[in-house]
Amino acid sequence: MAAPALELKGITAGYGRIEVLHDVSLAVPAGTVYALLGPNGAGKTTTMLVASGYVRPTAGCVHVAGSHVNRVAPENLAKAGVCRIPEGRGIFPNLTVNENLRMFTYSSPFSTGEVQEKSYARFPRLGERRNQLAGTLSGGEQQMLAMSRALVADPGILLLDEISMGLAPKIVSELYELVGQLAQDGISILLVEQFARTALAVSDYAAVMTGGRIAMVGQPADVADFVNEAYLGGAA
Amino acid sequence: MSTPSQTVDLETYVPHVDHTYDPRDPEVALYVDDVSVRFGGVQAVSSATVAALAGQVTGLIGPNGAGKTTTFNVITGLESPTNGKVWLDNNDVSSLPPYKRARRGLARTFQRLEVFGTLTARDNILAAAEFRRSWAHDHSDPRQVADELIERVGLGHVQHERVDMLPTGLARLVELGRGLATRPKVLLLDEPGSGLDTAESEALGDLLIELAQEGIAVLVVEHDVDLVMRVCNRIHVLDFGRIICVGYPKDVQADPAVQAAYLGAED
Amino acid sequence: MTVEFIQLLVVGLVTGCVYALSATGLVVTYTTSGIFNFAHGAIGMLGAFTYWQLTVGWGWPAWVALPAVLLVLAPLFGGAVERVLVRPLHGASVDVTLVITLGLLLFLLGAANYIWDPATSRVLPELFKGGGTSIAGVNLSRQQILIVVMAIVVALALRTLFSKTRIGIAMRGVVDDPDLCAMSGASPARIQQLSWAIGAALASLAGILIAPKVGLSSLQLTLLVINGYAAALFGRLKSLPRTAVGGILLGILVEMYPVYISPHVPGFSDTAGELTKAVPMIFLGVLLLFLPSARLRTSTAAGRIAPTVPGLRQSLVGGVALVVVAVVLTGLLSSDNLGIATSVVVLAIALLSLVLLTGYSGQTSLCVLTFVGLGAWAMGHSGHSVLGLLWGALLAGAAGALVALATARLRGLYLALATFAFAKGMDEAFFYFHLGSGQQLEIKRFQLLGLDTQSPSTFFLLCALVLAVASVGVLAVRRGRWGRQLTALNDSPAACATLGVNTTITKVVVFTAAAAMAGFAGGLYGSSRGIVTNNDFAVLGSLALLLAVRVGGINTITGAIFGALTITMFPEIQKHVHGLPDKLQLAYLLTGLAAVSVGRDPDGLGGQFSKLGHYLRGLRTPPQSASGAPDFEEARLVHS
Repeated sequence: MAAPALELKGITAGYGRIEVLHDVSLAVPAGTVYALLGPNGAGKTTTMLVASGYVRPTAGCVHVAGSHVNRVAPENLAKAGVCRIPEGRGIFPNLTVNENLRMFTYSSPFSTGEVQEKSYARFPRLGERRNQLAGTLSGGEQQMLAMSRALVADPGILLLDEISMGLAPKIVSELYELVGQLAQDGISILLVEQFARTALAVSDYAAVMTGGRIAMVGQPADVADFVNEAYLGGAA
Repeated sequence: MSTPSQTVDLETYVPHVDHTYDPRDPEVALYVDDVSVRFGGVQAVSSATVAALAGQVTGLIGPNGAGKTTTFNVITGLESPTNGKVWLDNNDVSSLPPYKRARRGLARTFQRLEVFGTLTARDNILAAAEFRRSWAHDHSDPRQVADELIERVGLGHVQHERVDMLPTGLARLVELGRGLATRPKVLLLDEPGSGLDTAESEALGDLLIELAQEGIAVLVVEHDVDLVMRVCNRIHVLDFGRIICVGYPKDVQADPAVQAAYLGAED
Repeated sequence: MTVEFIQLLVVGLVTGCVYALSATGLVVTYTTSGIFNFAHGAIGMLGAFTYWQLTVGWGWPAWVALPAVLLVLAPLFGGAVERVLVRPLHGASVDVTLVITLGLLLFLLGAANYIWDPATSRVLPELFKGGGTSIAGVNLSRQQILIVVMAIVVALALRTLFSKTRIGIAMRGVVDDPDLCAMSGASPARIQQLSWAIGAALASLAGILIAPKVGLSSLQLTLLVINGYAAALFGRLKSLPRTAVGGILLGILVEMYPVYISPHVPGFSDTAGELTKAVPMIFLGVLLLFLPSARLRTSTAAGRIAPTVPGLRQSLVGGVALVVVAVVLTGLLSSDNLGIATSVVVLAIALLSLVLLTGYSGQTSLCVLTFVGLGAWAMGHSGHSVLGLLWGALLAGAAGALVALATARLRGLYLALATFAFAKGMDEAFFYFHLGSGQQLEIKRFQLLGLDTQSPSTFFLLCALVLAVASVGVLAVRRGRWGRQLTALNDSPAACATLGVNTTITKVVVFTAAAAMAGFAGGLYGSSRGIVTNNDFAVLGSLALLLAVRVGGINTITGAIFGALTITMFPEIQKHVHGLPDKLQLAYLLTGLAAVSVGRDPDGLGGQFSKLGHYLRGLRTPPQSASGAPDFEEARLVHS
């Protein structure tokens, strides 16, 4: 079997004196969607930051496609194909939609024209608003714009952090449709999500985090019941 | 008292708001009256109504980004709502600056710590007790108040350490003690339990129940479900800035709309 | 409309274009890197001097020298400043960035005066000599036409840069989200470096264009380019078109004032228009008054050591030791040197007010000497009476209260700018009027209980005693209830407000108390000097003092004494150390250098020693990472 697209082994990490992750291990096999679930403050976002090189682990190692990348700078990880869409709209609110797309392809081989064509074909609503400041778009449109980065960067591994945050269910399912398509194109995806049901519907594997540890790993169906308990204390 | 809603479809869901209370009811210590907040194009809070009763612990829960901290900022006057009112002790305080609301008996802690980092734990609480004395003109002895509260929130062993050297959990307790030093009628706690271990969290729960029994209206935002379910008399659930459910802990847990908010809509 | 009016309008437009050019550079740097460059004026001055050196000094033709300065040297310098000073500041508080850029301002001034001796007069010729046209009686020189054309070219070039080029778009985007920039493969550091290069080039252009008109004086040029700050503020530090409009408005206002405004205000004594220089600062002050209220600042205590406050016993011992040292010194020093020692002690008393105001409560003040000057002025008008000290304290305190009330809504950068505008405005209006242009104020020693205050040693001892008492007093305040309140206000204003503290009143009270203290010291200062002029209270002196105290540790008594000692002693050392050229402005050079070196540590040298002590004793130091977001809001470029 080929090396996993992304593998975390025994990661311990945190901010200053506060340790957030305790011995976290997970592996995203190439070409699969891996959902990382769990309540607020469980350490999901920190796991993403470790995977993309923004937080250095104090113990353990990060492997991307089999290579050890603990000490690689985030910019270089990005160039190597690790693309993270951060929580809370990864866009430039004071640039227009067109200009945002131009920024997303800052160092990519694609021309701005190609990129615009590709994004607007996928999200016609963005095309209609191409000269509007991104900050004035609706929440859903902003998230679509953020997701366009994944579309144009053509990454090997995509890290999606709470793309559904604050969005209406209809838009969330639209965005997850795209996640499914990207996965079919062969992109390996690690996604952090609070809405367990939505995420589990598109994923191949799932893990539940609580208190900075992986509490459970398994097939989506097995994980679903466990999640209820983690969120709402079992009565559900 | 309300019954939990059974509606699931969020598209057509009508927020179930607790209408059984009125801002002028004597037992209502804090009433957030149809408050909405917009930042730029984002609706952070829409038409939220929350009532916190004297002598009770009221929970305010909801997924990330639901608008809980914004609601706290509106209550304390650090942010202005685009619409709606805040009532304290049956008086409309919407036009008052933060410090005047505090003088009417409102205290809070912060999710992102706002301790006086260069002061010791004891001096944090002492300063708050001195503030209280300077505006309440009573004859309390701030030093005595500080000593009692240090004991009560369980900071005796670190009282002479600078607060920015303390772990977050303990720093949160400093904020709690500081808030209590102003002898509030209404106490807002923004994630007091995060950063505490199981034993500490249990002690915190006991303290919250005790405070409520003394007549304080405690409104708590918290992610630790066990803690919330244990200490809260009533719970409000906030999602997309809207109150989607108000009720007893058991009812809230069983509410399909709440489950949908936390877990995503059922396919 | 008369021809004269139109002529003035044209002159104002031209002056305004220069302000606009300078301000544009400042705004580009600020919006991209989030750092307000107080040294912008000094960089413009340096550009003008460099251009003079190339053309007049070494005889290069203008068409070689101008591109060499604007397109090569200035951008390189700006880029280097970004790399060396600014980049390590990533995420630092406004307070720290202020100290670093002010330090650079002083350092550049000192350096320029060393390289180009201010005693030699230099003339920078206009780019195009003479010539020009006359339309309907309105004269337009070729230089004026050139300035307007340059301004238009720069405006169009920037517009194209920010809307059409990838790097320009990145410059607008980097403020929103540097991390996202990096994720997209655009290095935020590179982008910000470019903005500093552009800023330096525009400052230099403004300096080169205005120098033929105002003369090649390092101080005048620096302050003149600083006038552009008012224009930048008109654009709220983010809109380039509004900044340009602000610059032109300001230019017209400045040129119109002596002709159409000052002579026609009834009861106003400035018929000769001598206050013209104060106009930009008044403009700046008015703009600041109309700024929207800042939200309450949240916690920024991270990284500060805040040295342990000495107890009562310890501070009393320190106070007694100070007096003992003073007694010993009276036996050792000549009367001349006693005079210098007295200056140090008196200045230290004034600087204690900064410890209280900036060190404890976190309110930045760039106007400490203004209050000292008011105190001295009051003293000079009180005959021989010791009551003059009290009048000085009252006058300065009242001025402080007014400043505090007017600026109650401001904080951080805007408070610093407001106090700067106040200091510079007072400098060019009040002090210039009453103590300037060859005038001087004689201040006689006051009489006190039959003491012989004329005797240098008695007066020195008296001042030392006051310093000892004031130090013990300030420390007692810090340990007490009010000190806790000030520290709390510094650590988290938001928390203070939610605990029932009226933060506005607290600010006004501490500002008033500090100003009164500086005013009291001003009375002593005047008495010790005997004669004062407006130069004693210039705004740059206030900057140098603030920096010197910051270097010594702004939350300690030793910091105040260190500050007074260095600022007073540098010129003396210079006189006596053999081989030091007297044109070397040691005070500016070294203070600036020290500020940019240790300014990153909010606790100054005291903090460094304290940290060393902690380290040696194996103690932990507080986390260095800032807990909150960098303290600057709404800095995003509006380019069209």
